[in-house]
Amino acid sequence: MAVRVQREDFDIGAELDALTRGRHDIGAVTSFVGLVRDIAGDSKIGAMTLEHYPGMTEKELARVEAEANARWQLSATLIVHRFGRLEPGDRIVLCAAASPHREQAFEACHFLIDWLKTSAPFWKLEDTDNGPQWVAAKDSDDAAAARWNNSR
Amino acid sequence: MKVLWFAWLRTRVGTGEETIALPDGVTDVGGLLDFLAQRSPGHAEALKNRNVVRVAVNQTYVKPDHAITDGDEVAIFPPVTGG
Repeated sequence: MAVRVQREDFDIGAELDALTRGRHDIGAVTSFVGLVRDIAGDSKIGAMTLEHYPGMTEKELARVEAEANARWQLSATLIVHRFGRLEPGDRIVLCAAASPHREQAFEACHFLIDWLKTSAPFWKLEDTDNGPQWVAAKDSDDAAAARWNNSR
Repeated sequence: MKVLWFAWLRTRVGTGEETIALPDGVTDVGGLLDFLAQRSPGHAEALKNRNVVRVAVNQTYVKPDHAITDGDEVAIFPPVTGG
């Protein structure tokens, strides 16, 4: 289990390789990568700045990761989330889950991203045509997180 | 007590961090928000709609009835938008 909060980019291949190398009990690894889009609603996005709450961010990500490990039989998990200024196309977040079999890994990875989106203290400030705008939380993200309350 | 503000609440209040003395009679998070709302027009504006205000005490999410003490770190922020 590992969580990292960092300004720097990450190498997806290297991260997944490190997660599974030498672990011959692992039969499946799934990953989710979030990227910066250049469109928000009707506005064109030049760049965004991700603010976070150092300390609590790591704590919440670790809590989400621990919850995933309690719900599914996982061999390894990883969350890497960036902060600071990011441009369209940049990677924001990586979630990965490894398991002996694919079903557990798929579900756990989906859970990791759904839960972190509604609990980890990050806030996006987008540079739009109309100036900087704080991104509003989406009801659809709450719904995506809440559906995991009814399973397992 | 350390009070931290994030995202657009920080810009309304005008600072990301304040150190305050917990006043007599303020015993929980709800009472603290009422007290803070009186500190300036910016504070009042930031705390106008409590539905979009989240609070963490010592880096853990809490509800308005959560008890507080003078040594706590209280963070106040809008719903999160990471991922």
